[in-house]
Amino acid sequence: MNDYFNMGGYAAFVWPAFALSFGVLATLLVASLKSLRASEQALLDAGAKTETPQ
Amino acid sequence: MHRFANPTRFVALARAVQPWAMTIALATLFAGLWFGLLASPPDYQQGETVRIMYVHVPAAWMAMFCYTGMAGASAVALVWKHAVAHVTARATAPIGAAFTFLALVTGSLWGKPMWGTWWVWDARLTSVLILFFLYLGYMALENAFDDRARGQRAAAILAIVGAVNVPIIKFSVDWWNTLHQPASVVRLDGPSIHPSMLTPLILMAVGYTAFYIWVLCLRVRADINMSKVRALKLRNA
Amino acid sequence: MKPKHQRLALLGLGVLVLGAAAALVLTAFEDNLVFFHSPTELATKEVSPQQRLRIGGLVQDGSLVKSGSDVRFVVTDGAHSINVAYRGLLPDLFREGQGIVAEGTFQNGTFTAREVLAKHDENYMPPEVVDALKKSGEWQRSGGK
Repeated sequence: MNDYFNMGGYAAFVWPAFALSFGVLATLLVASLKSLRASEQALLDAGAKTETPQ
Repeated sequence: MHRFANPTRFVALARAVQPWAMTIALATLFAGLWFGLLASPPDYQQGETVRIMYVHVPAAWMAMFCYTGMAGASAVALVWKHAVAHVTARATAPIGAAFTFLALVTGSLWGKPMWGTWWVWDARLTSVLILFFLYLGYMALENAFDDRARGQRAAAILAIVGAVNVPIIKFSVDWWNTLHQPASVVRLDGPSIHPSMLTPLILMAVGYTAFYIWVLCLRVRADINMSKVRALKLRNA
Repeated sequence: MKPKHQRLALLGLGVLVLGAAAALVLTAFEDNLVFFHSPTELATKEVSPQQRLRIGGLVQDGSLVKSGSDVRFVVTDGAHSINVAYRGLLPDLFREGQGIVAEGTFQNGTFTAREVLAKHDENYMPPEVVDALKKSGEWQRSGGK
């Protein structure tokens, strides 16, 4: 198991590459979800019906 | 295409596509991680660092794909004056910037042990760095004007002008001798990459594309909501 | 002409001019965009001993000599070759027969490198597959670019 996490001595390069990739994408996703929720709330506050398709 | 120029239809489309994009993104990214980290062999030269390729190469592809989409949408917005084209371009910019950032950083993490350096100013790396600045410039320009329409137009023009950079990135490794290696997958005589390594690469690429569409749907919906809010406030004021 | 068509024509023209301008600039800067020179280019070029430059090519098989942190090897592009002297750590991809790029100065037929970078080829394969290819004699190296 330790052998696996060691990545043939390249652990310091392989793991950060994966962690960073998925970290950045997850952050972008969460931020986009939040701004959608916020926009729906703002629309309600402004007194409109939600974006329901007809 | 003109059918979806109507914001209401466009939102309906985004809502319909979103769950599919989400499902495909989560499934392929999970499978890609499995194949990329566990079920694929090390490379005969690079050893285990070859795994960095599975997050690096799709990110670099998406960096160019998103920019092409952003420039194309900007051109449509300028010529046909479709508001949703501006929305699409604006929603794409931060996603493309994120992919470009990841391509640069993961490439650096691979370059240090393999090339022996974090960074070189060769044609490929430099042109990708310029791509990153183009994304940042687009986002800054969008917000730089009090008059939203002017900001959108300026940013759209920047996006189209910057599109010159995309073919330069793609062909830089063929036109000039660079430290960066030439293309392995998209080449005339077929990929020079073993199927056991092509599998995680393709899975991750599909996952990144679906992820882009998923987040694009979210951002487009939020953007159109906010423009409705502005219109309502203007009417009520 | 409708305004829409006018805008389309203007956009098309703009992109055309931009493309032409970019092509001209890139052609003009050709020499500066080249990351490294091949041994053949170096053989035909006058280089002052102070000038820092990069050379690229394959490390000749059997040419690598190490003594402590001093390294000597020969870089070749098939037609010409250059002796390289270097002191320091070599990157992990550095191997005889593999491509490298070295930065340094060229004097009296020896290239004194300050930095040696390994160049990767575009082949990605598991080691067993390479062994099998080598055994069957179908293995061809495409590096050196």
